[in-house]
Amino acid sequence: MQIHISPHDGVPIYQQVVNQVKYLVASGRLAAGEELPAIRVLAEQLLVNPNTVARAYRELEMAGIVEKRRTAGTYVSDQGSPLARRERVKILTGRIDAMLAEAQHMDVALEEVVKLVQQRHAAMQTTRNEE
Amino acid sequence: MHEPFPSSAPPIVELHRVTRQFGNKTALDDLSLTVPRGGVFGLIGGNGAGKTTLIKHVLGMLKAQSGSVKVFGLDPVQNPVGTLGRIGYLSEDRDLPNWMRVCELMRYTQAFYPNWDEAYAEELREAFDLDGHARIKNLSRGQRARAGLLVALAHRPELLVLDEPSSGLDPVVRRDILGAIIRTIADEGRTVLFSSHLLDEVERVADRVAIIHQGRILLTAPMDEIKETHRRMTLRFGQPLDRPPSLVGTLSFEGQGAEWSYICSGESGQLRRAAEAIGATVVGDDSLTLDEIFVSRILS
Repeated sequence: MQIHISPHDGVPIYQQVVNQVKYLVASGRLAAGEELPAIRVLAEQLLVNPNTVARAYRELEMAGIVEKRRTAGTYVSDQGSPLARRERVKILTGRIDAMLAEAQHMDVALEEVVKLVQQRHAAMQTTRNEE
Repeated sequence: MHEPFPSSAPPIVELHRVTRQFGNKTALDDLSLTVPRGGVFGLIGGNGAGKTTLIKHVLGMLKAQSGSVKVFGLDPVQNPVGTLGRIGYLSEDRDLPNWMRVCELMRYTQAFYPNWDEAYAEELREAFDLDGHARIKNLSRGQRARAGLLVALAHRPELLVLDEPSSGLDPVVRRDILGAIIRTIADEGRTVLFSSHLLDEVERVADRVAIIHQGRILLTAPMDEIKETHRRMTLRFGQPLDRPPSLVGTLSFEGQGAEWSYICSGESGQLRRAAEAIGATVVGDDSLTLDEIFVSRILS
């Protein structure tokens, strides 16, 4: 599991871990049923306080991204669950809000933004088909 | 995983209204500080803020001129045996006996600590790539720090005290030191007190932080709380201003024209309401690094 902690952007470290695990799961780089490193192991790898990793895992568990199993390990949840779907929608909502705010600052109308999204989608499909 | 700060456990270190003067210079000024059991306590402050003087009081190397110092509930000056035997200490200048070989240093230090763990000491020596036959005076700066760390850790102290452990060291040795801090507290109930001016390191490993400035504690709180209660609010006003209106909890501000950014102490929701009350639009609401919080606290 590749996680990179940046102490320079002000985002609390537990939040950085949460965001990156969510991203890894949403992008399929962490698959359902995969085991996350033990708290102590990840703390030593990232050189952060074990309590910080524990807090990140707790938040991920509450968000339905991971689940604790009897053997005390932490595993990626089945992403078909409604909770996990809600989490994906939440990540995207954040990105869309930021994009809409920017569009508004730059005086770009909603219709134009929607058109642009569709254009980009079409462009990505073409590239993918060429591959 | 243990609870970060069980309130029921008695504190490891308690300084109560300690004052210390060197000539007419006040190094500690009526300072009180409590270090709870378990976790990593980061002591941050500029040069000459009083960090080392404070640590020397914890170790019983200095006697409080007024006020009291308790470590494990004991006075470290009157009870050096009951306190020092349970503390591992790495000083900033890593004052080790130069004429000894590494293996001699290990045997020599072992004699002071009944809890010395020979197997663990050997494991650390190998992990740190220290040659037992090398003389301390011939060690590089980094290897010297590792040797100091080894003898501070090998008796598995209840309290590990590190005074500016990273100062002047390369990133590889700094990783060893941070790793040692993390392993120390991952073992239940152990406590680390360390001072540093490398605030990104403190932000990584500390559960709790105290900012010391001119011999006084400006702020002491859990790291999470410090991060949550300091924000950079960027506000836009209806028209350009020469000087922005004051916002509650402001530590510093900068900007020009209609857009100003404030570093404030307070929570996001509360600051947003205050910003709206002075007729501003919030265009940015960001968390701060410990470094930024420290600088604005010291300067305000």
